Amino acid sequence: MGQITLTKVNKTFGSTVVIPEIDLEIEDGEFVVFVGPSGCGKSTLLRLIAGLEDTTSGTISIDGKDVTGLPPARRGLAMVFQSYALYPHMSVYNNIAFPLKMAKTDKAEIDRKVRAAAETLNLTAYLERRPGQLSGGQRQRVAIGRAIVRQPSAFLFDEPLSNLDAALRGTMRLEISELHQKLATTMIYVTHDQVEAMTMADKIVVLNAGNIEQVGSPLELYRSPRNLFVAGFIGSPKMNFLTGAAAEKHDATTIGIRPEHLAISTQGGEWKGKVGVAEHLGSDTYLHVHTDEGGLMTVRTTGEAGLDTGQDVWLSPTPERLHRFGGDGLALA
Amino acid sequence: MARAVTTRRKTIATAAAWLIAFVIFFPILYTVITSFKTEPEAIAGISLVPSGTFENYVEVQTQRDYFRPFMNSVIMAVGSTILALIVAVPAAWSMAFSPTKRTKDILMWMLSTKMMPAVGVLVPLYLIFRDTGLLDTRLGLTIVLTLVNLPIVVWMLYTYFREIPGEILEAARMDGASLWNEIVYVLTPMAVPGIASTMLLNIILAWNESFWTIRLTAAQAAPLTAFIASFSSPQGLFWAKLSAASTLAIAPILIMGWFSQKQLVRGLTFGAVK
Repeated sequence: MGQITLTKVNKTFGSTVVIPEIDLEIEDGEFVVFVGPSGCGKSTLLRLIAGLEDTTSGTISIDGKDVTGLPPARRGLAMVFQSYALYPHMSVYNNIAFPLKMAKTDKAEIDRKVRAAAETLNLTAYLERRPGQLSGGQRQRVAIGRAIVRQPSAFLFDEPLSNLDAALRGTMRLEISELHQKLATTMIYVTHDQVEAMTMADKIVVLNAGNIEQVGSPLELYRSPRNLFVAGFIGSPKMNFLTGAAAEKHDATTIGIRPEHLAISTQGGEWKGKVGVAEHLGSDTYLHVHTDEGGLMTVRTTGEAGLDTGQDVWLSPTPERLHRFGGDGLALA
Repeated sequence: MARAVTTRRKTIATAAAWLIAFVIFFPILYTVITSFKTEPEAIAGISLVPSGTFENYVEVQTQRDYFRPFMNSVIMAVGSTILALIVAVPAAWSMAFSPTKRTKDILMWMLSTKMMPAVGVLVPLYLIFRDTGLLDTRLGLTIVLTLVNLPIVVWMLYTYFREIPGEILEAARMDGASLWNEIVYVLTPMAVPGIASTMLLNIILAWNESFWTIRLTAAQAAPLTAFIASFSSPQGLFWAKLSAASTLAIAPILIMGWFSQKQLVRGLTFGAVK
């Protein structure tokens, strides 16, 4: 079980308000991702749930039990840190066994659990090594192993992949997702990388300056962002925004259109522009077009777009994919 | 071309390093050479070739008691180091892991005591020692050596403890470790190298300290530093014997330093070079 409820949770450091007041419900078995720019309070929120920071006010409950005042160890949670935070003087075996030793589990049981975790994470060959002798990915696995053996009610991940290179990040992302499917335990995952959020989450919580901007499934956030911040943050490449006359035509203060929902033509269309830089990814091409009405806009085309820099083009949005926002930045119905 | 410049630079740098090392080492070498000369030879002028006599060593051992000051040095150096660690480990610990607004000020204040010339407090300290009967006692000198080196010990340990990542302690807390378990299983093993090199450095500093050891001792508690100084006496200056005594005094610490140089260098450059 691992249902976590945050009620009016507030955190201030001196006179700095990090988290004004948050209400959040995390269902048992859910993979929840906290995403937002640096300094948005996502790590603080995770640390509040872990018990590594004290809440200024509000309550945190796990499976209906108020844990606000409990120390980290008694909340039944396990955490994987960005720096892995492995014990450098212990072997991989002892690192994984540490939480069990602390819980005074008997030796045979510890051995069985450590070996099972090592098996799951492909670490059996490295059990006698020290963390210093492992690669980044292996260290990350050890950190996960240390979390698994405790059979916690929820796993907390604090930007666990940001120290890995891009290729390994992709592999580990998949491994963590598979682990979630296998264990079916609640996971809370903090990242600033919206690709990680989109690919892994059942539910994404978008945070900005300590406030929850929107909660929803990846596709909900993609399809119907609640405001300009979420619209700009979710999706890669970023959504294009237009104001002024172009927006007024659609009865909005700002309109947004994703690069993949723009059609490009050399014949005619809604916005005229000149092709600037083209980024060729092979499967896709991102064209940066300087338009008269919307400034620099990004267009995503499939395959290799046969357009030259400086060429005149016209862009047209897919009407049903156009996002309209009011003066307050909120999406219009 | 670039490679040629690099090679030449390297050669020059190496030669310069050797030269500087030799200049630093020369007094020690000359002390050792002089210790194998006769007294007339020793005052005759600069010569790098001694006659090879051992009489100075024999005399230092037989005419004067070498063993007593040696033991005094050992007891005071080790004793003051242990005392300093007992005080400094918890102090540095709390400053590194639960710093307050004033932590930096306290550290600076501690260091500032090292900026004061020792002679400034000689008279009051001498009077206190005289009145409390601590003059020429091992206990008295051990206390002084502890206090003299304490700021450096606290600073070194503080820098060491600061290098232990906070996330590891948090991980231990998440893993269910009590404060005691955290100290025993996680913090101490990680801090041991730092404590060890601090200990080594402090033993060397205490061993070599000569201002207080010469002024606050006479015969009973005199360590090797005072023993060496005693060769410059009203009866005359005995260069060769002085050199033999000096060689005997620095030999133990030199040997210790040689065997622990890896630890020492790591300790002294910690935080600066990784």
